[in-house]
Amino acid sequence: MSSIISLIIKREFFAKVRNKSFIVMTFLSPLLFVGIAVFVGYLSTMKADTKQVAIHDETGLFANEFLSSNKNDAEYKYLDLTAIDIKSLKDSITNESYEGLLYIPKVPNNKELESKIQYISNESPSLSFIENIQDIIAQKLTKENYQKANLDTIAITNAKSKVAISLAKASGEQSVKGLNEIKIAIGGAFGYLIMMFIIIYGNMVMRSVIEEKTNRIVEIIISSVKPFQLMMGKIIGTSLAGLLQFFIWAIIGLSMMLVASYFLGLETCPAPKIPSDAMQTAHQQMTGTAQMYVQELWNLPITTILISFVIYFIGGYFLYSSFYASIGAAVDNETDSQQFLLPIIMPLVLAVYIGFFTVINDPHGTVATVFSMIPLTSPIVMLMRIPFGVPLWQLALSITILFGTFFFVVWFAAKIYRVGILMYGKKPTWKELYKWLKY
Amino acid sequence: MSNILEVNNVVKKYGDFVALNEVSLTVPKGSIYGLLGPNGAGKTSLIRIINQITMPDSGEIILDGEKLSPKHVQYIGYLPEERGLYKTMKVGEQCLYLAQMKGLSKAEAKKQLEYWFERLEIQGWWNKKIQELSKGMAQKVQFVVCVLHKPKLLIFDEPFSGFDPVNANVIKDEILELQKQGSTIIFSTHRMESVEELCDHIALIHKSNKLIEGRLDDVKRKFRTNSFEVGIVSDNVEGLMYDITQKFKVGQTNFKSLNNEIKLEIQLGNATPNELLNLLTQRGQVTHFIEKIPSVNDIFIQAVS
Repeated sequence: MSSIISLIIKREFFAKVRNKSFIVMTFLSPLLFVGIAVFVGYLSTMKADTKQVAIHDETGLFANEFLSSNKNDAEYKYLDLTAIDIKSLKDSITNESYEGLLYIPKVPNNKELESKIQYISNESPSLSFIENIQDIIAQKLTKENYQKANLDTIAITNAKSKVAISLAKASGEQSVKGLNEIKIAIGGAFGYLIMMFIIIYGNMVMRSVIEEKTNRIVEIIISSVKPFQLMMGKIIGTSLAGLLQFFIWAIIGLSMMLVASYFLGLETCPAPKIPSDAMQTAHQQMTGTAQMYVQELWNLPITTILISFVIYFIGGYFLYSSFYASIGAAVDNETDSQQFLLPIIMPLVLAVYIGFFTVINDPHGTVATVFSMIPLTSPIVMLMRIPFGVPLWQLALSITILFGTFFFVVWFAAKIYRVGILMYGKKPTWKELYKWLKY
Repeated sequence: MSNILEVNNVVKKYGDFVALNEVSLTVPKGSIYGLLGPNGAGKTSLIRIINQITMPDSGEIILDGEKLSPKHVQYIGYLPEERGLYKTMKVGEQCLYLAQMKGLSKAEAKKQLEYWFERLEIQGWWNKKIQELSKGMAQKVQFVVCVLHKPKLLIFDEPFSGFDPVNANVIKDEILELQKQGSTIIFSTHRMESVEELCDHIALIHKSNKLIEGRLDDVKRKFRTNSFEVGIVSDNVEGLMYDITQKFKVGQTNFKSLNNEIKLEIQLGNATPNELLNLLTQRGQVTHFIEKIPSVNDIFIQAVS
């Protein structure tokens, strides 16, 4: 009996691997991926044009502050045009000789100034640019205020204190801020990988079932093997083909990255797995802590992450591909499958959203915990939680639920499968599927 | 064991619909057994149960003296009505795969395949893909797949559909050859002339129930109407007709003949054939005198309506 399953697995595997579109996709995708990565990398190394910003400072207090902030490679360059009449300045914005005009009017006191400053431009400026201007002005104003009040600026600066709380776990390991982003990125990368795999190869399982059905070969096969064997063989065979494809992608992708970075002299592309702002946050920390980061990454439960990845990968993929297989058995062609596919895609997408929005804020909150137990979302959500440290019992419970559901779903899917593959010309409804369970 | 297959009181329901209602059949070893019935009668349901594609709700199947179980799949060869093969797979590879599923070793499967490919003169197809073959050619491959593992019981559902007359004949001869070698053949079809030609036993299923079963001759005997087809050349047709209609029920009939005669179908009732013949010979020249044997077609229509 098991030799029959391996026979089916073999056939499914070779049928997939020899397929032309599979071969093309296997070798074209990494090319595309690297191509896009190189393109993005190239774009990000290009310097943006310097934009000139005119300053009309009637108070005479701020212009110098801005001019002194001019650097050679800065995106914005400030010009002091207080000498020119404000009206003609405003008019000339339309000529676009400069990006915008910062207008600081003369007012009786500094308090009033706070709300009187204007930035006039054709295109709305970026938020960070405006914040930057506000900072410069606010700093200068504060300084002025201190002086007016006869306060000692130096003493005040010294008196200011900056606090950086260092995070530590009860187990004694030290922790670093900004690491959360890295953790979610690692968990997210694994979760995302599972989702991609499920969608791509689950669909492939479905198509393969539909193909057998439309070919009408299924009746012959089912007269020799049990539908369950056929279904499992199909799922495993397809997943092996998928793993091979992923493996080839990884190898080609990595070697092409290396080649590309070598020839183009790019810095190793910001690894797409880690969101760039997470990297930035990390960079903004003092360089002295860099070592701590490395230390901290090593402290992550790497073994747990990898083992759980494999377990959740298998559980999640098998669970979902049984759904895909029974959908394939229920319909006559791919167009009919849409109505049944939506409920499958939804939990996957939901899981990714929950991962990126909820887990990062509160990795052990109710939402994150509950969804890391629900079997349809747990492979993704739990993987994102694991880098934050999940109690072993939760992990065990979640995996038990996942595999329990998996066996139930396989039983249920096999029933629909068994009836469905021999049904032709019927457009199934949910009600119909329920009836099939009782056959 | 003289019966290869016994179906005992098999019931199959799909939801509220009863597909098979207490159906029992006995298929003798070495027979060619015609399984007849109108569309939707339940034939395919029964065949699928015998092939263990679906399970009966109740009743049992005995194959060669043993209760049907998964190991029996290798004793059965099945050619379903809805045929198909993997389109993109090569013929040889595909046959090997399907044969191995029936429990043959790879080497044995290859040996058998070579034998059959040579026999049906399709050696050149080994490396072709199914999609490159015509429908009839693919059917031939499928026939090979069905018989390759030397099954004791062969189930053919409409085996001749899709074949041209030449190839249909080739397949017919192969079926007869298989019977000679000891296989039993269950034969489901709507083509009554091939039933007439091949089958020695028949069963008729109608609306989920078995109506008729038995040796073809016995069934025909049961359905005989005791009427004769008569051809007679007579000078006095009116006198002849008067005489006959006095004693017998007479109808018009038609048969092929080279004479210019009166063609009649005469129901004997309680009389013997000789009484009729005597009467006829007094009135004219008898050119044709034959008992009207019901064709399978007649039996089918009569039983179903």
